[in-house]
Amino acid sequence: MSPEQSVLPAPAADASGVAPAHALALLRLMLLIRRFEEKAAELYSAGKIRGFLHLYIGEEAVATGVMQALGPEDAVVATYREHGQALARGISPGAIMAEMFGRANGCSRGRGGSMHLFDVSRRFYGGYAIVGGGLPVAVGLALADKLQGRERVTACFFGDGAVAEGEFHESLNLASLWKLPVLFLCENNLYAMGTALARHQAQPDIARKASAYDVAAEAVDGMDVVAVEAAARRASDQVRHEGRPFLLELRTYRFRAHSMYDPDLYRTKDEVESWKQRDPIPQFRARLEQQGLLTAGELEAMEHIIEGEIAAAVAYAESGQLEPIDDLLKDVYGPVPI
Amino acid sequence: MRTTCREAIREALRAALRSNPRVFLMGEDIGAYGGAYAVSHGLLEEFGPERVRDTPLSESAFVGAGIGAALGGMRPIVEVMTVNFSLLALDQIVNNAATLRHMSGGQLSVPLVIRMATGAGRQLAAQHSHSLECWYAHIPGIRVVAPATLEDARGMLPAALALDDPVVIFEHASLYGLEGELADGAGPVSLSGAAVRRAGRDVTLIAYGHSLHKALEAAEHLLQGGMEAEVVDLRSLRPLDLETIVASVRKTHRAVIVDEGWRTGSLAGEIAASIMERAFYDLDAPVARVCTAEVPIPYAKQLEDAALPRVESIVAAARDLIGRR
Repeated sequence: MSPEQSVLPAPAADASGVAPAHALALLRLMLLIRRFEEKAAELYSAGKIRGFLHLYIGEEAVATGVMQALGPEDAVVATYREHGQALARGISPGAIMAEMFGRANGCSRGRGGSMHLFDVSRRFYGGYAIVGGGLPVAVGLALADKLQGRERVTACFFGDGAVAEGEFHESLNLASLWKLPVLFLCENNLYAMGTALARHQAQPDIARKASAYDVAAEAVDGMDVVAVEAAARRASDQVRHEGRPFLLELRTYRFRAHSMYDPDLYRTKDEVESWKQRDPIPQFRARLEQQGLLTAGELEAMEHIIEGEIAAAVAYAESGQLEPIDDLLKDVYGPVPI
Repeated sequence: MRTTCREAIREALRAALRSNPRVFLMGEDIGAYGGAYAVSHGLLEEFGPERVRDTPLSESAFVGAGIGAALGGMRPIVEVMTVNFSLLALDQIVNNAATLRHMSGGQLSVPLVIRMATGAGRQLAAQHSHSLECWYAHIPGIRVVAPATLEDARGMLPAALALDDPVVIFEHASLYGLEGELADGAGPVSLSGAAVRRAGRDVTLIAYGHSLHKALEAAEHLLQGGMEAEVVDLRSLRPLDLETIVASVRKTHRAVIVDEGWRTGSLAGEIAASIMERAFYDLDAPVARVCTAEVPIPYAKQLEDAALPRVESIVAAARDLIGRR
């Protein structure tokens, strides 16, 4: 699957249905995620953000493409590398940045941090930091929809590392057995933390695993936002209309280390560099320029607007209040009925 | 009405399924088999496979699915056959069910009820005899209760369903056959609060679940020797009702804690420490503990009996404390 396989069509002959305005929106969202992550890394180094920080840089096309296929009524279960997933779902950069600052105006009131972003109003059911732990929850959300007669999709992100967990296999089986509308989204970035896919999977073709559970599957180039969107639309349509799960494997790569603590010793610089040649953002930008959909001036303007949004997000985070210590024990239990 | 603990729980399940369309059951062999302990016998026929769902042997997936279904507006009741198997679902219970409300800054709640059998005493050997209630009681974000009476067997489930938090109900497997009278209109009970099951002035025996019945029997023996034991049924293991415990100890000045868990790191240790913190100067003797011997529960009957808290050891511990005056 080379990225050249899906070249964005010219607006006049719009074979894949990507309208010019939509193409620009995709580019803009990927750029927003990239710049947000770069700022997060900078603020981490400055000590403003603590804990674990897992950056989405390199994987922007995945969340950006997938989210186009979901409606507001659908649910999202995310991973711990989920800033991009959250931004693509429409959570404001300020609410996410404030969360990483540990402030009360963060999207989880400073209780979750980078790995646990939540926004129930957008049916964003959180980042899960135990690998594989979100899959059973997604199965349950889909079960609730089915039992209540709602035609919705639950989209569940997880990495290639998660396919080694029992919860992956249990969840695919249960979703298939009970005919539940779960869109399983494997972000295969080739490394389970530092362990290469071929070093942890006897069968490294992840999409093939779905057949064991009678689940339909497809693998797609996760560095190509248009291909991702098209595949996600096909998959989510199938999930929605057939009421059955689907496994979409998104073949991608993270350009940064696993987390800010990772010295990145387990892969070569050459490997990273070769993947950077397929960076989803310049690749897509070049296509748009080629097709006359984007000028250098327009790109500059787009970057400028994003820069302003990121600056506003940081200011919002800086201005946030700290949760008072008196509220330490808040939200451990709900109210007890009398 | 003459009934058993098993029937009381079944009646609670049936009433919940009848009264709330968002309630459904899932677990291993709860449907066609009728429940490993026959608790859910007949419910599949009455409510159908959508609401009484047999699951694969995938504890993590179906407990996690219970969490997700709760997030999605349902009121799932998940049966994990026994506490021993619940270890395969610990990730979902500890990392998800217990944390989601807090980690989401109060946006989410997980109104999930998890029932499981617990305990030893039936020669099932080490892998089917655990009493790990203490592990769950350690975790903030979940509630843990253990019925010991027919009223609580009938009433704790609807009370748990009325909460917006995950509740784990531990049913000692030796109690399912417990017979007795239950009022016709029996319904929800309070989930919080210990209960004084027998009043006395010389020593407080603190227990829960199956051990409560051993403590009550021990109290009878003590009375024959002229000693009056007060018996406290913990009922809720998290949160603990320390007020009731401390009030009793202030009256009797002595306490014996009976716990089917192992002594090391036990709930009994937690309660003893709390008594020390709150009523140290009211004590006439050190707090005593009668726990399970530090051994994987053996199969052979005489060995299993010797490993578990026994009525005689409770009586001996209480006598020892009273004799110290």
